[in-house]
Amino acid sequence: MIIANNVTKKFGRLKALDNVSMTCNKGECIALVGPNGSGKTTLIKSILGMVVPDSGFITFNGNNILHHWQYRSNIGYMPQIGRYPDNMTIGHVLDMMKDIRQQSKATDEDLIDAFQIRPLYKKRMRTLSGGTRQKVSACIAFLFNPDVLVLDEPTAGLDPIASEKLKEKIILEKKKGKLVLITSHVLSELDDLVTQVIYMQDGLLRFHKPIEEIHTDTGEKKLAKAIAHYMQHQAL
Amino acid sequence: MKKIIKYVITDILRNRIMLAYTVFLLALSFSIFSLEDSPSKGLLSMLNIVLIFVPLMSIIFSTIYIYNSVEFVELLVSQPLRRKTIWLSLFTGLAGSLSIAYLVGVGIAVLLYEPSVTGLMILSIGIFLSIIFSAIAMLAAVITRDKAKGIGIAILLWLYFSLLFDGLVLFLLFQFSDYPIEKSMILLSMLNPIDLSRILILLKMDMSAMMGYTGAVFKDFFGTSTGIIVSFSVLFLWIVLPVWFSVRRFNRKDL
Repeated sequence: MIIANNVTKKFGRLKALDNVSMTCNKGECIALVGPNGSGKTTLIKSILGMVVPDSGFITFNGNNILHHWQYRSNIGYMPQIGRYPDNMTIGHVLDMMKDIRQQSKATDEDLIDAFQIRPLYKKRMRTLSGGTRQKVSACIAFLFNPDVLVLDEPTAGLDPIASEKLKEKIILEKKKGKLVLITSHVLSELDDLVTQVIYMQDGLLRFHKPIEEIHTDTGEKKLAKAIAHYMQHQAL
Repeated sequence: MKKIIKYVITDILRNRIMLAYTVFLLALSFSIFSLEDSPSKGLLSMLNIVLIFVPLMSIIFSTIYIYNSVEFVELLVSQPLRRKTIWLSLFTGLAGSLSIAYLVGVGIAVLLYEPSVTGLMILSIGIFLSIIFSAIAMLAAVITRDKAKGIGIAILLWLYFSLLFDGLVLFLLFQFSDYPIEKSMILLSMLNPIDLSRILILLKMDMSAMMGYTGAVFKDFFGTSTGIIVSFSVLFLWIVLPVWFSVRRFNRKDL
């Protein structure tokens, strides 16, 4: 579904992405893990077309994303730090998104109900706490029933109840055969979600393996321990 | 595209500065026309406001507005929208509301007191300048991520177009006063939309007599219909080129 080919991106002298190639298919739930500054968010932003790679290209369903902006209607994106126009209310933002997407499919408002966003519709974005902002981002990502979900640190800043609800929702969508790309530092959260793991370091894609292979490789059942095993042994 | 323009314009209307600008222009234009004894004299005073204040307001408001809508743009870029559409809608919303504010603020007084060709000329020139300077602001704002730097560039550009450029032209005039440079002065004036506007209006006011031989050459060129068409096309280019460059830049920008 999404194929990246030798994608390289430099920010000044820093190589944020170094010849990254990967393939993601329908029904997979892929965890992007790696230390801070390893290029996870840059990779995600390149897939969304928010960052334009210096070289290499990305295709979505066989179309180069540089020339086919329509592909973004199949993606729900939840940014790491959701930034919204300060003087719009939650209701305005959600209405605007619906207005812009103009999708004939019914919108998926499960999360809006689960997070109890409706009573807050009149609140301006600048008055929201970081957690509520994250909730709004999550609602927007799932709102249009997209085929692909790109979630950048979805549970950072959410309270335990909300993050549990979000996790349930992700599992539900995964079961519907959607592609889920997820980054997180809290590896223990990913255990019952992911089917594949991409490990990145210094802009390089170190490995892309199914979770079963990781379990047999390292003999660890927990993802956190398995990744720690890789980092210690550098057997990448 | 229409939808985004709608959101931009409602947002601009909500922050009330545009309303204050309109009221200020209204008050100014009515007081100028009622203070001066003849409307054509009033028009001359209006000219200075149009040439100095309108570009300043347009460029600074637009630059700050673009920087403040970074979040809005970021939100839209991840949606199924073409980047060009987002950027052009932002420009249309800004240029549109600035022109409407100008049209209401100055237009009413001009049409009441001096509905002549010169009056209409001032109106159209003011609208052109509003659009041109918001186009230049789009370019200034897309070049740098740093807000302070971007606004600084915008102010410097305004200073350049309204003061420095004239100084340079004067300097060249004195340096080359022994040569027949009148024709090249026409070309030089095309390089600055404010200068071009000033010449166009002054010639309509029959002030060219005060500009000596250069004035006669100007009259010869700008007075003809070809000259008018050429100068309005140049003004139009002053809108298209900055917008085009800024779109190109925005298409490759990392957000």
